[in-house]
Amino acid sequence: MSAIPARDAREEILLSASETRALIQQMADRILPDLARPENLVVVGIRRGGAVVAGLLRDRLQAALGRQIPMGFLDITFYRDDLRTIAPNPVVGATDLTMTIDGRRILLVDDVLFTGRTIRAALNALFDYGRPECVELAVLVDRGGRQLPIQPDCAGRVIEAGTRETIKLAEREKGEWTVVCRRPEA
Amino acid sequence: MGSHLWNRKHLLGMADLSREEIQSILDAAASLREVNRREIKKVPTLRGKTVINLFFENSTRTRTSFELAGKRMSADVINMSVASSSVKKGETLIDTLATLQAMNPDVVVIRHPESGAQEFLARHLDTAIVNAGDGRHEHPTQALLDLLTIHDHLPLLDRSGFEGLVVAVCGDSLHSRVARSIALGLRAMGGEVRFVGPPGLIPPKAEEAFGARVYHDMEEGLDGAHVVMALRLQLERMTVGFIPSVREYFAFWGLTRARLARAAPGAFVMHPGPINRGVEISSEVADDRERSVILEQVANGLAVRMAVLYRLCGVGGGR
Repeated sequence: MSAIPARDAREEILLSASETRALIQQMADRILPDLARPENLVVVGIRRGGAVVAGLLRDRLQAALGRQIPMGFLDITFYRDDLRTIAPNPVVGATDLTMTIDGRRILLVDDVLFTGRTIRAALNALFDYGRPECVELAVLVDRGGRQLPIQPDCAGRVIEAGTRETIKLAEREKGEWTVVCRRPEA
Repeated sequence: MGSHLWNRKHLLGMADLSREEIQSILDAAASLREVNRREIKKVPTLRGKTVINLFFENSTRTRTSFELAGKRMSADVINMSVASSSVKKGETLIDTLATLQAMNPDVVVIRHPESGAQEFLARHLDTAIVNAGDGRHEHPTQALLDLLTIHDHLPLLDRSGFEGLVVAVCGDSLHSRVARSIALGLRAMGGEVRFVGPPGLIPPKAEEAFGARVYHDMEEGLDGAHVVMALRLQLERMTVGFIPSVREYFAFWGLTRARLARAAPGAFVMHPGPINRGVEISSEVADDRERSVILEQVANGLAVRMAVLYRLCGVGGGR
């Protein structure tokens, strides 16, 4: 895939808005055949980027199934394992899980899967709310570099990236989401 | 919600906090409120951290709030009863803290009857210190929970921020560390503070020190206010006769429904507690679910204290 230069010279767009949309549709198409009991499904997005991907993915799943799928959001800030090493001011979002998750099939969604620590934290947070039947992981981008034995059930795209690079979801225009790679100054 | 800079080791008062620092606490507290509504009311954030509550003054609300805050963040919380400690055997304040520091706590929460005690200790010791009230000086976590409560209700006043918000702080602001802290906090956030009360119970140079406008007439002071905060008449701190009688105080300065009618439409009532019913506020107003947010203040106090512990432990792990 050819990189499109962005405004910031140290940033490149890995997935354009149209590519991101297409990728999320492909993810939905891969998930749908496995949904034996769609009434049992709950989509949970990890704030912040995962919440966006979860919303877009749920829209596709709802359109295909012709039914509403409950969705919740997790903020894992208070479950992180790096209180002393993160910047002292992580952005704190709101967890919003109003439905019961006991016995439900949880589709946990994030934008970028890297070390696996965020997912570990999200699993801990989820189990503070109840005991789901199962949890499956869907990510838009798997960038490798895992530090924990955590793998996605559905990854939109695998992109190899260096440890000093940051890959994230970015809103170029309202509702137009791209995936960008930011590299530190040499 | 945004990311804001918090690099302080201690929380000693509102006096030097910036709007961004205050906002960083409010943001975290707003998120932590959700934890307190869950079935499992606990997050693992401060697992392995130790918080010591050291109260040299009697307190039920604040001490319980800090204790619960630490426990809900999974910290180990120790409550030290000064009444049964070596302080009673003549140990100095700094010796007491040095002894505690040797036990390697991450945060020590201190309430002390002397103004400035926590600031003195922070200069001499390494442990992170939270001021849970020092004499007549400051009570920052009370101000922060008040700001969070006000922030929640801004939409009902058709407002998106604190700018131009008028808060009437009524009663004994002279002896009140709550009044000082909320006045400083509101000033940082862009709000307008009024001190309303008898001349003998208003701090000297209030306008200069706190940016507060002073009113000695209750009705005039409440006129158009968006928030009315009634202060407890601190009979325990009054060593001379500041008021003729409690009955007369209520007649002139008590917050009644009739007086509240002078405030802006949608104005709501706050009180730091505990309430002296029929002294600074009538039961009718205190118990009015439409106007009184006193119990919300208590709930927000827990979330704010969780947020404070979180922010302090996030700066060098509270050490």
